[in-house]
Amino acid sequence: MSYYVTKINENGNIAVDDTLLVKGAPAAAGSKILKGFEPLFSAEAVVRLENAGYTVLGKTKVGEFGLDLVGEFGVDANDTLKGAAAEAVANDEVAGALCVDLNGAPRRAAAISGVNFIKPTYGTVSRYGVIAAACSGEQVGVCAKTVKSTAALLSVIAGHDAKDGTSLENESYDYDTDLDVKGSKVLVIKELFDAADDTAKAKVDAFAEALKANGVVVETASFETVFEAQAAWQILMSAETCNNLSRYDGVKFGYRTPNYNNIDELYVNTRTEGMNLLTKATVLYGSDVLSKGRYTDCYDKSLKVRRVVYDKVKELFGSFDAILTPALSSTGYNAYSINDAFLKVYGESLFTAIPNLIGIPALVSGGVQLMGNHFDEGMLFSLALTAERSGK
Amino acid sequence: MKYEVTIGLETHVELATNSKIFCSCGGHSSPKEPNDCVCPACSGMPGMLPVMNKKVVELAVTAGLMLGCDINRYTTFDKKNYYYPDLPCAYQITQLFSPICVNGKVSVTTKNGVSEIGIKQIHMEEDAGKLVHDDWLDVSYVDFNRTSVPLIEIVTHPDFHSADEVLAYLEMLKSMFRFGNISECEEGAMRCDVNLSVRPEGATELGVRTEMKNMSSLAAIERAIKYETARHIDALERGTEVLVQETRRWDDTKGRTFPMRNKETEADYRYFPDPNLMPIVIDDEWMDEIKAKMPVSADVKAKEYADAGISEKEIEMLVSERKVCDLLDDTAALGCNKKEVAAWILTDCAGILRKNALLLSDLNISAQALSTIIKKVGEGKINRGIGKKVLTAVIEKGVDPEAYIKENSLDVQVDEGFISGVIDKAILANPAAVADYKGGKEKALQAIFGACMRELRGSGDPAVIKSLLEQKLKD
Ligand SMILES: [Zn+2]
Repeated sequence: MSYYVTKINENGNIAVDDTLLVKGAPAAAGSKILKGFEPLFSAEAVVRLENAGYTVLGKTKVGEFGLDLVGEFGVDANDTLKGAAAEAVANDEVAGALCVDLNGAPRRAAAISGVNFIKPTYGTVSRYGVIAAACSGEQVGVCAKTVKSTAALLSVIAGHDAKDGTSLENESYDYDTDLDVKGSKVLVIKELFDAADDTAKAKVDAFAEALKANGVVVETASFETVFEAQAAWQILMSAETCNNLSRYDGVKFGYRTPNYNNIDELYVNTRTEGMNLLTKATVLYGSDVLSKGRYTDCYDKSLKVRRVVYDKVKELFGSFDAILTPALSSTGYNAYSINDAFLKVYGESLFTAIPNLIGIPALVSGGVQLMGNHFDEGMLFSLALTAERSGK
Repeated sequence: MKYEVTIGLETHVELATNSKIFCSCGGHSSPKEPNDCVCPACSGMPGMLPVMNKKVVELAVTAGLMLGCDINRYTTFDKKNYYYPDLPCAYQITQLFSPICVNGKVSVTTKNGVSEIGIKQIHMEEDAGKLVHDDWLDVSYVDFNRTSVPLIEIVTHPDFHSADEVLAYLEMLKSMFRFGNISECEEGAMRCDVNLSVRPEGATELGVRTEMKNMSSLAAIERAIKYETARHIDALERGTEVLVQETRRWDDTKGRTFPMRNKETEADYRYFPDPNLMPIVIDDEWMDEIKAKMPVSADVKAKEYADAGISEKEIEMLVSERKVCDLLDDTAALGCNKKEVAAWILTDCAGILRKNALLLSDLNISAQALSTIIKKVGEGKINRGIGKKVLTAVIEKGVDPEAYIKENSLDVQVDEGFISGVIDKAILANPAAVADYKGGKEKALQAIFGACMRELRGSGDPAVIKSLLEQKLKD
């Protein structure tokens, strides 16, 4: 299995998702429509890693605009249903990888490959140089083999960047991995646990046991808000993706259809030929929820739901230090048709939507997902390290 | 039957900022060649994010205050989606849900009196690029220089009832914004959409509304309003056609309007809040800062100048150029008399500019330099003729007046003893002229005086030199 769309430096030690820009390397976000596009600058996260002495080995394959499960529907996608960056990390090809998380793909991939992935608090890592799809919820995260190396890489790329208006003012972040977790409380969301199969449930149980053995209190409770969060993020994510992908019209860069006689045909044929079915479905869905008759009931309502989910999750963190859930419905995926992709990805986003929707951090480790309060990555790392040390 | 026309305006004004609204590319007046002034952000490349230019907010608030608006202290940006090749992202960042200024009011004066015009809102947005069509090769080129140049759009209530009122309003905006350094308002920097309807006088319901978009020449706007009003009246009165609510294009050469394709007018722009731009919060501190920087209006300035004894005609010339008022005020602040500075600017500076085929608006001299010259003349260190010579060098060559005077030894000879010596020498060197003068030929004095001035290279007060010379010849 080849993980890369572009190899940049044979001696490199990190990999970068093709949704992030690296100066001098073509960037296509896994899509034919960006074929031949060469960025004039590198993403801020990449620059920070390079300044810290890391070298980019190559651009790892992604699903088109990061919209699929783990990267199965991108340019030159692998037929195994595993994430390219996560596999490169799992097989020690690189010390870590930068991946953009807009709908959970790198989290699912990390869980399947048995590595760590942190999607930090929204605004922690600059989105400058991210080929944007869903601006209000996407973040650059770090994939690495151990909890400690994940935290270390994140602290390199985290911090304020004036080039991103949503970047938080914090100049730098120092992540604890060794907080005393004894007596801390972790909630297992019943709805998410029940939605997973036995293999995924077993992972959560094993992780919970390892925590309990170290004095952590683990409780299971219902939190029905997960369903509303899933729907709201689907609507917001699709609308923003529709909007951000509008610029790929064949006029300025990337792919242009050879089949056109006028500007309308140039637009329509370029986009028809340049995007896959999942992207088209997402764009059409996003366009629909923004349209005149639907805006109030769909898009605007989702913004309100986001607020409600935010309040309810904040309330949870009043009594719990972290949330433990499966990262996906199983421990791996079988090949399936792209015709089913839109609904399949939507189904799996049940597990991953809340952190994208309201910007809280999520850490995948030991095949499960931990969600934390804003800026509470340190707690997640510490819990995961506790489990990692117990060999789960 | 008598008819009443009702007009509302949407006016786009390009703001005079140094950079574009969301990137650091040069603003309104920078670019020369197509696509000179473009970066990855304003050309819509992936990976770039908009970063708000604070100056745009300040100018929009200033414009709002000038037009009597309430300022929304919490204001947000939205994305408007549509496809057009001059719009690189296929969306325009604008303000729909929470515009920065609302509920304003201005009075406009025409020959028929004063009317109140309500301002519905002012919002900030980015401009689009330009398409250049080459009909010969049958291709279109895209120029992104104008993309993301900041605009404000001023939306009025339908309070206009004649072309005269519309023109008076637009003229007023122009002079207000130029004077307030909000916009240069040069050709094309102010563009209007005109919404117009006609109803029988006394009717309660408004007539069918048509819109004419994107007009920038005042004369064309006037012609378009007159044509469209007549077309509506004809339709109402004689049933020449059935009026429909639509957007029409004014063709200034043909002198009539044409309906635009429906497709272009009935788009669903799918507006939504831009997640990349945080809401702008204008706190009291920032508001005070903006207010402190608020320019006074041309009227206030005119009154101030009149009080300083400047003539009405001069005031009229001064207040037509904000830059000139600033120069005058700054020079006066350095210790010069306002009336005197006005004379220097309007007579001397303007004269020098005229010789160079330039306008007063092209004047480029610092208050420091101008005040230096005026003071030196005032103190008698150089005479007025030399002053003008120095001023010319400053304006034409951008020299430093102090250094220029020194290098050319223009003020060293003002010492009376020195001048006296020069005169003595000139008398000795021109015995024939001296004899003629003493013999009654008054004109002969000019030759000796000329010799003195040549020796002095124009420095020294000519009147003083002349009387000293006469004195010496009498003795
Ligand atoms: Zn730019």
